[in-house]
Amino acid sequence: MSEVEALIGKPWRKPPFIKRPWLRWTFILGFIVYLIAAYITIDVNWYRVYEGLERGKKFVLAFTNPDFTTRSSDIYEGMAESIIMTIAASVVGIAISIPIALGAARNIAPLPVYLICRSVIAVSRALQEIIVAILLVAIFGFGPLAGFLTLSFATIGFLSKLLAEDIESMDKVQAEAIKASGAKWTQWINYGVQPQVMPRLIGLSIYRIDINFRESAILGLVGAGGIGATLNTAFDRYEYDTAAAILLIIIVIVMALEYLSGVIRARVQ
Amino acid sequence: MPTQNFKGQKIWQRRTGRESLGHWIMWLIGVAIFAYCWQQISAVTTWFFVWDAPRIADDIWTRATPPRWGYITQLGEPIWDTLNMASLGTILSLILAVPVAFLAARNTTPSLLFIRPVALLIIVSTRSINSLIWALLLIAIIGPGVFAGVIAIAIRSIGFCAKLLYEAIEEIDQTQVEAITATGASRWQVMAYGIVPQILPAFAGIAVFRWDINIRESTVLGLVGAGGIGLQLSSSLNVLAWPQVSLILLVILAAVVISEWVSAKVRGAII
Repeated sequence: MSEVEALIGKPWRKPPFIKRPWLRWTFILGFIVYLIAAYITIDVNWYRVYEGLERGKKFVLAFTNPDFTTRSSDIYEGMAESIIMTIAASVVGIAISIPIALGAARNIAPLPVYLICRSVIAVSRALQEIIVAILLVAIFGFGPLAGFLTLSFATIGFLSKLLAEDIESMDKVQAEAIKASGAKWTQWINYGVQPQVMPRLIGLSIYRIDINFRESAILGLVGAGGIGATLNTAFDRYEYDTAAAILLIIIVIVMALEYLSGVIRARVQ
Repeated sequence: MPTQNFKGQKIWQRRTGRESLGHWIMWLIGVAIFAYCWQQISAVTTWFFVWDAPRIADDIWTRATPPRWGYITQLGEPIWDTLNMASLGTILSLILAVPVAFLAARNTTPSLLFIRPVALLIIVSTRSINSLIWALLLIAIIGPGVFAGVIAIAIRSIGFCAKLLYEAIEEIDQTQVEAITATGASRWQVMAYGIVPQILPAFAGIAVFRWDINIRESTVLGLVGAGGIGLQLSSSLNVLAWPQVSLILLVILAAVVISEWVSAKVRGAII
């Protein structure tokens, strides 16, 4: 009662987001101290930034007048290579990640297999695409093969993890019914497990194709094939109109893929 | 139920004849596309290098181990720069993403016909271009350095944060908003007392989640000249100092793991 009595007569105040006062103040103080420290250590050459604004304006204006024609053959080749890498890597990545996902689902796989598959996933997720690409370019030489391997490797970590989680949360009753009918292991997977996770698998695969395409656009920066090399050259030559054209193509393709994935996901679910 | 007659007995089939034909054709087309792609890739690959790959990989491994531990003293400042790029970039992007999210959400946008598509366009275009490309662009415009990295991270994150945030705004409980409106609150008061408290947990979660991703991305931004630990990585790679490269990769791996752990902890505390 005393708590209520203490509140009577006082105007209402918004409850704070973090309830414990000491934690709240530590957060706020630490945040301010960090901001000051960060601001001091970043030395921004404002004169250079001011000078650059002119070029920035040129670049923004280039978007209103993109140049698709001057380097059309370079753009076409780079784009084709990016798309080819995306498709091939998605197919191989998905094909490899399905058995790994089965192995990484605790309700299907025995413990040793589970641990091996989970560690494969962890390694693939911890390494970023671009770093893997650098190493693979050093090993396999320049070209789309390195990019293809990079994207396949990255796909495994992403898809296996999410698919394994879906398998773990599937409906046990259906799987057991199939088992009770005397199905072999492969039949059990095919008729008991696969139909349950198929919508999610399709959705994730399409999402991953989308990601792979976006990533394939940067792999060219380290020599792993794709449109990135063309884009890099365009920036180096200050050909903003060509760069704008490439960026616009990337945006349009990503938007188209996103729209497509929305339609397909709506259909399978 | 699709069945097949087998010696006078009906046998259950998963698909009808027409369905399985369709499936078969789809698989055929898929395999053909993949074969074509693979052919294209293999046509431009120098297979000699590929067959030589195990030897090269072994060679790099022997050069890269053990890592040059002493080099870590020179990595302190790049790591601080990387952290700054990720954190300041995230803060900046959140400041920019909040208005975009409110303009993009169906229930708060001032105009469904004109402003919402513009906001959605901002979200899609910033999201679909990788931060490395943004960094490349900004370096050409405002010169190399940490500042370009901060801006690149910020621009790239707008779309991601705004998308998740506007979905959170669209999912709010409308009754609370109506209750606030019924007390005679103005538009901004409704925003502050009816909408913001409902999306605050989502907002904090998005911020930490994106910060974690940004730590990952900012470690490699230096490869194109935007400062941070990636700059050290690229200069070590250029002089083929493999022991330094392996140490930097270990540091990056540790940073990624730590940031993921922090973000998981914080999100666990919020939700």
